[in-house]
Amino acid sequence: MYNKKSVGVFVIPTLLIYVFIVLLPIVVTAYFGLFKWNGMGSMKFIGLSNFKETLLTDKTFQLSVLNSLKLAAASLFIQLPLALLIALTLAKGIRFEKFFRTIYFVPVVISSMVIGQLFLKLLNADNGLFNIFLRSIGLEKLAVAWLGDPKTAFWATVIPSVWQYVGYHMLIMYAGIKSLPTELYEAAKIDGATNFQAAIKITIPLLAPVLKVCVTFALIGSLKAFDYTYIMTGGGPFHSSEVPSTVMYANLFRKGAYGYGSAQAIIIVIECLIVSLIVQRIFKRYEEAASAV
Amino acid sequence: MNMNLSINSKTKERTERKKLKILDYAVLVSLFLFAAVQLFPLIWMVLFSLKDNSEIFYTNVIGLPKVWRWENYTSAIVNGGILKNFFNSVLYTAVTVTVSGLLSAMTAYAITRMQWKLKGVVYSLFIMGIMIPIHAALLPLYIVINKLKLSGYSALLIPYIAFAIPMSILILSGFYKSIPKDIEEAALIDGCSIYGTFFKIIFPIVRPAIATVSIFTFIGTWNELMFANTFVNNSQFRTLTVGIMSFAGQYSTEWGVIGAGMVIATLPTVIIYMFLSEQVQESLVAGAVKG
Repeated sequence: MYNKKSVGVFVIPTLLIYVFIVLLPIVVTAYFGLFKWNGMGSMKFIGLSNFKETLLTDKTFQLSVLNSLKLAAASLFIQLPLALLIALTLAKGIRFEKFFRTIYFVPVVISSMVIGQLFLKLLNADNGLFNIFLRSIGLEKLAVAWLGDPKTAFWATVIPSVWQYVGYHMLIMYAGIKSLPTELYEAAKIDGATNFQAAIKITIPLLAPVLKVCVTFALIGSLKAFDYTYIMTGGGPFHSSEVPSTVMYANLFRKGAYGYGSAQAIIIVIECLIVSLIVQRIFKRYEEAASAV
Repeated sequence: MNMNLSINSKTKERTERKKLKILDYAVLVSLFLFAAVQLFPLIWMVLFSLKDNSEIFYTNVIGLPKVWRWENYTSAIVNGGILKNFFNSVLYTAVTVTVSGLLSAMTAYAITRMQWKLKGVVYSLFIMGIMIPIHAALLPLYIVINKLKLSGYSALLIPYIAFAIPMSILILSGFYKSIPKDIEEAALIDGCSIYGTFFKIIFPIVRPAIATVSIFTFIGTWNELMFANTFVNNSQFRTLTVGIMSFAGQYSTEWGVIGAGMVIATLPTVIIYMFLSEQVQESLVAGAVKG
């Protein structure tokens, strides 16, 4: 039988590594956020000044938050609806269903580094395929330096992040639809409902718990996004494409502003928590309706 | 909500569908177009990895290579250190998957199957970790790694293992709850120790869940950028993600060689995915839905 000792053997190693590597550092980061500190000299306690400065006067950080919200909006209004549309279509039963499901998911298993480098090349001003194509159909004027122009650089980094995860959300939604009871559809069919009506009135409301997961993932993923900005633009030109994580990263490791960057890390964490709470709240009502069925 | 992915059960042939209407064709065509959008950048990568700049930029931007330049691959392997990075990533990922899988399997077992006072608290503590972005631990870990002069593989392995634990415990706990208790009780009555029971009886039963967790951890670890870029100074221990970045900088004028390096980096994952696509899809759904 098991005893206290065996519980210890099963739990303590995991708990120790988790507490020391994951939980404790978060507390330490929050603590660093209260200091003015460049990592070498002495630490000067300044209370919440770093937080205030970041939120109220740091123009770069404010712009980066705005960008992350644009990215979140792109996920919410382009990526997720597209994923839902495809999931509904595939789950209804269509030829090559399995083929499509497998192909759409391929980008998810590829490293964002490779995808970022590929889109860098696709969108390259002189030799990128995208501009070569535009020139070949006579739209010379539109063939701009996508990544070099402050007006377009941020949106150029949005493209791969939206592109990569459509298949992921599609698959989660697809699995959700497949697990719904079929009787409801049959009843609706008998009542003369079209596929479209059945999707709007039955599937989507019942899918609320799954949609909540997708919305949470998409929003939090956008708020903490780092890879594509770091790989494709480094936040430039002129900070136009920064996201909060790249600003934080630059503060920590390029400027050595350990206290200030730590405060920004904590703000990102809080932002993620607030957004997931809001999503929980919004979906609560729908989920109750869904579970009543 | 029951989330069984009925991937295995082939959709029944819809005999009641009398005729493929125009609309259905339009749907199929759109689905194929979208498949092209999802695959195109990758196909383009494979094609340009076998060309030289003049073909990529001017003479043959999209077709099959006129001359198949395998020497791009030779250059990428010989000069770029891509292979070294590749093996580093294999090592980081394999150790992370194994150790975090084993630790999580043991802990989730103790949480779901043993009675002890703090199990509820400990479980919530682990689950909290799922929502926390790695950003929050970045600087303290960096400082500790520098202070301890941790170099080599452990500087990345320990954080990777730690951050893989919460999701693994969540998925595994869900799975343990579905196993009947009689099996292990019989083993214990037969005089098997708790450790023997766990490794000989329980572990084999939860193997499918371990596979799910492993795939989940694999994808996260294999593609990780922020930690890999920060904690490793010595290029000898670099991961593939960071390796490709410096490789792309080094060969910025030779797209063919960069393409070759990226194909080398990508192909193994894609091949594994093609073989295990159902299991991979299932595990990522499990991770999402239980998270």
